[in-house]
Amino acid sequence: MFKKIINKLKDFTKEPPKQAEQETSPLDEELVQAARAKERKPYQLNVGHGQSVGIQRDHNEDAFFTLTTMLAYNETELPIGFYIVADGMGGHQNGEIASELAIRSIVEHVLHEILTPLLSLNPQPQNSSFQEVFHTGIEQANTEIVRNSFGGGTTVTSVLIIGEQMTIAHVGDSRVYAVDPTGVLEPLTRDHSLVKRLQELGQISSEEAAIHPQRNVLYRALGQGEPFEPEIISMKRPDEGHLLICSDGLWNIVQEQKISDIILNSPSPQEAVSLLIDAANQAGGPDNISVILVDLPDMKT
Amino acid sequence: MGAVYRAQDLRFSVSKVVAVKEMINQASDPEIRSTIVDNFEREANILATVNHPAIPTIYDFFTLGTRSYLVMEFIHGKNMEAMLQERGAPFPEEKVITWAVSVCDVLDYLHTHDPEPIIFRDIKPANILIDKDDRVNLVDFGIAKTFQSGTKGTMIGTEGYSPPEQYRGEASPKVDIYALGATLHHLLTNKDPRTEPPFTFDERPIKEFNPKISTSLETIVNTALQYNPQDRFDSASTMKKALIGAAQQTGMLTEDLSVSQATQFFQDQTHAPLWTFTTEDEIRGTPTYHDGVLYIGSYDHNLYALNASNGEFVWKYPADGGVVTKPAVHETKVYFGSTDQYVYCVSTRNGKMVWKQSTEGAIYSSPYIAEGHLFIGSDDEYLHVLNILTGREAWRTNLGSRVRSSPLIVNDKIYIGNEGGDIQCYDFSGNIKWRTSAKRAVMASPHHKDNMIYITSLDSVLYAIDANSGWVVWRFRMDSGSISTPDTNENHVYAGSTDGKLYCINSKSSKKVWDYQTDNQVNSSPVYYKGALYFTNADGFIYSLDAQNGRLRWKYATKGPITGSPQIINDVLYVGSTDHNIYALPA
Repeated sequence: MFKKIINKLKDFTKEPPKQAEQETSPLDEELVQAARAKERKPYQLNVGHGQSVGIQRDHNEDAFFTLTTMLAYNETELPIGFYIVADGMGGHQNGEIASELAIRSIVEHVLHEILTPLLSLNPQPQNSSFQEVFHTGIEQANTEIVRNSFGGGTTVTSVLIIGEQMTIAHVGDSRVYAVDPTGVLEPLTRDHSLVKRLQELGQISSEEAAIHPQRNVLYRALGQGEPFEPEIISMKRPDEGHLLICSDGLWNIVQEQKISDIILNSPSPQEAVSLLIDAANQAGGPDNISVILVDLPDMKT
Repeated sequence: MGAVYRAQDLRFSVSKVVAVKEMINQASDPEIRSTIVDNFEREANILATVNHPAIPTIYDFFTLGTRSYLVMEFIHGKNMEAMLQERGAPFPEEKVITWAVSVCDVLDYLHTHDPEPIIFRDIKPANILIDKDDRVNLVDFGIAKTFQSGTKGTMIGTEGYSPPEQYRGEASPKVDIYALGATLHHLLTNKDPRTEPPFTFDERPIKEFNPKISTSLETIVNTALQYNPQDRFDSASTMKKALIGAAQQTGMLTEDLSVSQATQFFQDQTHAPLWTFTTEDEIRGTPTYHDGVLYIGSYDHNLYALNASNGEFVWKYPADGGVVTKPAVHETKVYFGSTDQYVYCVSTRNGKMVWKQSTEGAIYSSPYIAEGHLFIGSDDEYLHVLNILTGREAWRTNLGSRVRSSPLIVNDKIYIGNEGGDIQCYDFSGNIKWRTSAKRAVMASPHHKDNMIYITSLDSVLYAIDANSGWVVWRFRMDSGSISTPDTNENHVYAGSTDGKLYCINSKSSKKVWDYQTDNQVNSSPVYYKGALYFTNADGFIYSLDAQNGRLRWKYATKGPITGSPQIINDVLYVGSTDHNIYALPA
């Protein structure tokens, strides 16, 4: 409906029909601008994604997954987004096996338990809550990794958006940020890293953390055989701005200000992602880089 | 990575069973690899000099390629982690103290070892074996740790049991004291520290999970778990003395109790009501404040209008049945349902009836007014929608079972529960938008915050449901069923339960922030007001807690169980009790 109106407006501006000149007053430039601004931000989620092995590593242990879709019917518009970043670790290809297994395992479980029922002919609310589904999915992923990737481990950070609802499940130090329209980055996940914990306790400053010899040590990861608890949170998704999901190959290397500038000044999420990856590589690219950037539809209008 | 084998030493003609621990050297750099082997052999040599009945004797060690082996005494026993898993509940205080004293004995021996103290470095339930005579054995020295490199992905130590300084590579006797504290905490709470962020024991007070534990034991564990090493016990022997002291203290509990009762009495006395008003029967409903007047129903069939500032009687309107819900006020009319099956509209000015409309069942649902209509549930199984000017029914819809939940309307959608256990959402035309099922009756009412519906059920679950789709985002399990309508503030959701607790749940993580245990059911709805949480209880008390941490601010006793919820306006709390009285208390 909205699209139709905009198309009409476009027609008017391009080549005003002759009768219209008499019947309607000329279109206010402001109105056209406003309509176009809105056209750039449809209700659906708009996603860019990318990956790089980096400069200093010879193989890629990161894995990611994106699924963006829209269910629109009657008067309901249900944007759906499902995103995962996993940062594998452990030598002898075990890291890349671990991250891939984590993604496949969680995707399979969430599709089966949430998305397939939601999109089915007779959408029956599921037996388990979103948070329970993610909990089981991550546990299953862990079992798979322990079984099939000896010594391999991985972080996993996933976001599921259904309409206005957002659930984030994570283990390790791959992050989700909410980026507001002014470019302020708010981390929505808490790293399961020793250094982050020491920082939370006021033992070390963020400057010390950045150069701490154990800054790469995680206290939770998949595939390590130790019991662990994934951190799962649900909230109303931000009304506007972006979501950034990335491995430490980005956030550990590129300054927040730089990340924010790139996101604000890029015409599309895909271009922003390319520039973010370039920035990490220009800064030395010491680690694999995975980036997913979701442009959120503006709910305020 | 490594394994422990049960093996037989074939050099002896008699059957000699030993344990062989295998450790795999994963370092890729040859120099690091050989350093690891050197460290291993140095430590094995030290261990070979240890002679203590609670420590398995080391017979031999050797390295083969990338694997190193330690041959030692085989202990017939079960480790504490397995025992805890089997039990699935905290261990009793006496048991834990006995074991802890034994561990302190071994640690004292190791820490005072000549010529150099030996630090165990890896005290945790899995490394403490209990043999068939209930004796403690410490196995698996931190020696295995030399085989772990510090690169990303390698989990250092046994997370959750290690003290902060161990991450800096420090190893002093205080490392073992902390780890013992962490182990005792795990045994006493059954909360695995490995599933929590490191150094967060203070966020999980032992008594919260195991109220039976004495304050003295809790203090000992907390002392051992101090963040700074200098704040912990000086030595294992000091800790042992403290443990024995705690075990000797008997009769402490009754003393504690008398102290807390005295405090409560004191608090009751200082919290005097501003006014009270007595009706002729029990009050089970919740008052509504509007424009200086308090409206409240009673089982004596009347709806009362009282002057909120002094409790003076303004008027009353007699229905033909009890008025047990919360009235709604809109402009100059007050609306309420009664057990006589009628919905009433009464003028706030003079208490005269404007209209009444019949349903076919008693009404235990409170009205909600929106868009010129009144929405209310009834025991006739219908959600009724009445025009507020005339009382004429605009539409009604059958919910399939009795409706004692009160409707909530947000963004042109109606949310309501029923006794069949459904939580349903309707649009203004009466079309169902979604239905989600609990396993038992839903008598509580929905609460909305940030696109989420929070509601409890007699199935013991507090549900967080996406308001648009009806899909359950998370569930929190309480110890028993609930009919308490939740309230929220920022990231906290509050709800009571028939298990006697008032729960505070984090709305994002669905984890419990705190709970407050009372002696009776919490059936009313908690109310958040200016940093405090207020709720009533079947034990007759009105409670006020600090909303951040759940600590009691004050409680006030009425003379009968309370089922209605408090209303707080301008720092004054209004509540009715089954003792027939309405109370106005300073909040």
